[in-house]
Amino acid sequence: MLKINNLHASVEDKGILKGINLEVKAGEVHAIMGPNGSGKSTLASVIAGKEDYEVEQGEILLEGENIDELAAEERAHKGIFLSFQYPVEIPGVSVTNFMKTAINETRKAKGLDDMPANEMLKMIRQKSEMLEIDRKFLSRSLNEGFSGGEKKRNEIFQMAMLEPKLAILDETDSGLDIDALRIVANGVNKLKSKDNAVIVITHYQRLLDYIVPDFVHVLHNGRIVKSGTKELAHELEEKGYDWIKEEVGA
Amino acid sequence: MSKYTEDDLREELKTKEYEYGFYTDIESETFPNGLNEDIVRAISKKKEEPEWMTEWRLEAFRVWQEMTEPEWANVHYEKPDFQAISYYSAPNSKPKYNSLDEVDPELLATFEKLGISLDEQKKLAGVAMDVVVDSVSVATTFKKTLAEKGIIFCSISEAIQEHPELVKKHIGTVVPQKDNFYAALNSAVFSDGSFCYIPKGIKCPMELSTYFRINQAGTGQFERTLVIADEGSYVSYLEGCTAPSRDENQLHAAVVELIALDNAEIKYSTVQNWYPGNSEGKGGVYNFVTKRGLCETNAKISWTQVETGSAVTWKYPSCVLKGDNSVGEFYSIAVTNNYQQADTGTKMIHLGDNTKSTIISKGISAGKSQNSYRGLVQIGSRAQNARNFSQCDSLLMGNECGAHTFPYIEANNKSAQIEHEATTSKIGEDQIFYCNQRGIDTEKAIALIVNGFSKEVLNKLPMEFAVEAQKLLEISLEGSVG
Repeated sequence: MLKINNLHASVEDKGILKGINLEVKAGEVHAIMGPNGSGKSTLASVIAGKEDYEVEQGEILLEGENIDELAAEERAHKGIFLSFQYPVEIPGVSVTNFMKTAINETRKAKGLDDMPANEMLKMIRQKSEMLEIDRKFLSRSLNEGFSGGEKKRNEIFQMAMLEPKLAILDETDSGLDIDALRIVANGVNKLKSKDNAVIVITHYQRLLDYIVPDFVHVLHNGRIVKSGTKELAHELEEKGYDWIKEEVGA
Repeated sequence: MSKYTEDDLREELKTKEYEYGFYTDIESETFPNGLNEDIVRAISKKKEEPEWMTEWRLEAFRVWQEMTEPEWANVHYEKPDFQAISYYSAPNSKPKYNSLDEVDPELLATFEKLGISLDEQKKLAGVAMDVVVDSVSVATTFKKTLAEKGIIFCSISEAIQEHPELVKKHIGTVVPQKDNFYAALNSAVFSDGSFCYIPKGIKCPMELSTYFRINQAGTGQFERTLVIADEGSYVSYLEGCTAPSRDENQLHAAVVELIALDNAEIKYSTVQNWYPGNSEGKGGVYNFVTKRGLCETNAKISWTQVETGSAVTWKYPSCVLKGDNSVGEFYSIAVTNNYQQADTGTKMIHLGDNTKSTIISKGISAGKSQNSYRGLVQIGSRAQNARNFSQCDSLLMGNECGAHTFPYIEANNKSAQIEHEATTSKIGEDQIFYCNQRGIDTEKAIALIVNGFSKEVLNKLPMEFAVEAQKLLEISLEGSVG
């Protein structure tokens, strides 16, 4: 699904990623953990194609295709989805209208006609029921006045609507209480299948109690310094990140 | 990764041609440049006007001569030389047409380029058109349907001929000849415009629509519109404008007067897209308009405008709330790009008791443009329990444009309730990236964000107009994020 080879990336001439290697196969869940400033969110943004980031070396392959030259929206059309840590507000644009636009733009890129309105409505109904989202919520302006939990649930709702191949969840647990966390995690688990893959970026282990990863990677100073199974996450929770830093001699 | 920088955007914006820039080659009859009493008389004569109308024009001209151009607006431009303008120009193929087949094919082609072909418009049931090209009406449709209800919808020239008592009684009662410099000029030289009368208790069954355009090099256009809604009647009037691109500045000084008698309601919607000038700020239309409505008891006037065009806009559609319980509304979207300057807003004059006004203004500035909201809420000393709510929002794109708000409030009665809210925001790269990540490209993302910002006003437009307005917003702002 996703293969990253020796990826170096910088923002405003400051090197952040310094040689990332990662392979994610269909059906897998990978967790990327690491201390603040280790480059976790940068990695998410670079995969999604944010323009401020300059790829200096290495390559990102999605299903074998180098996506380095593709604009963010083209990557989205190919099935990359990023659940934002801080989803932005767009006043006056309802969640429904935003999703309609996103779905139809993606269809247009694939040479398809707009999704018929009744099909769209049916899909909205299905997905909102699955995620226990009150449909009144969908007519509100995108993220405007949403609570932290509502914002993250809305991200997962969008993920459900867009049915991506690769979903990257950037600090989806931040700002959530335990109930909201459970709802969001359940949503992600329902959307998981053997045909898609999920990368969970998180600082804390607790989200991984709900979304259980197949692999855990520790990012430090722009490199993956340790990989393992979910046990690694527990170890990090107990001991913190310092021992890793010592281990890699940073 | 493809890099699309702010510079690229700026470049794209500069090289973007005015989408409606073309010129129709219709033979026309044009007066020599310059303005004096003889020219005023000649215009009046050309239009076969009665003596009282000629005198009314001359009165206006004499007042105008004593006046100076206003300079208080937040706009800077080279003042027009009023002696270098021709004050009359009429398409040659003059007689009115009964069917589209008789209309000059080149004119029809022009409409097709604009995507508003009469063919299409005629099919759009419920829209009657009085098309004004270069000052003289050349086609009127749906007139018969309207006539059955006693509704008069025609050119103002025709109204002066056919309904002199109505025109004589009402013209200049809301915007007097001496109201301001441009209104005085218009009163002296107006060439044509629209007239509408809705009889007592009649609800006009369709949206009335007029397309104004400026079509002849160097001719100013001075439109005069008079809408009278008699007691208990209702009318929704649409005015839309596009103009071919032109190098020298074109002056436009229109006057619109609305009169809503007891219990009547007038909804007046405008989409304006005159040539805004090129990317260096050269050319473009000067739009100095006086629009005002008078509300009698329980009457209501709603102004809705989407302003995307013109190099300089000076425009304040206003309501005089004379009657008790009367209501005035102003909903506006003003978009400026490149070197465009807009100074626009409204005046709500509360004279009657329990009068209510609402002002929603959305300014969108891009490029090096300047966008000002200027509004006056005035509560007369005898107006008990007057209420006003004003909201002025500005959206900025890039770092070189400006948004300004000049709200004036004069409350002379202690029972008045006045609320004013204002916000300024900027389209952020984060918003764009968020949309991109969901598969929405940057152009579409801007359109989405701008439409969201403007929604409260777009919702006030009649359906078919809202679609056109949305299209215009997108065209005006393509590629203009910073």
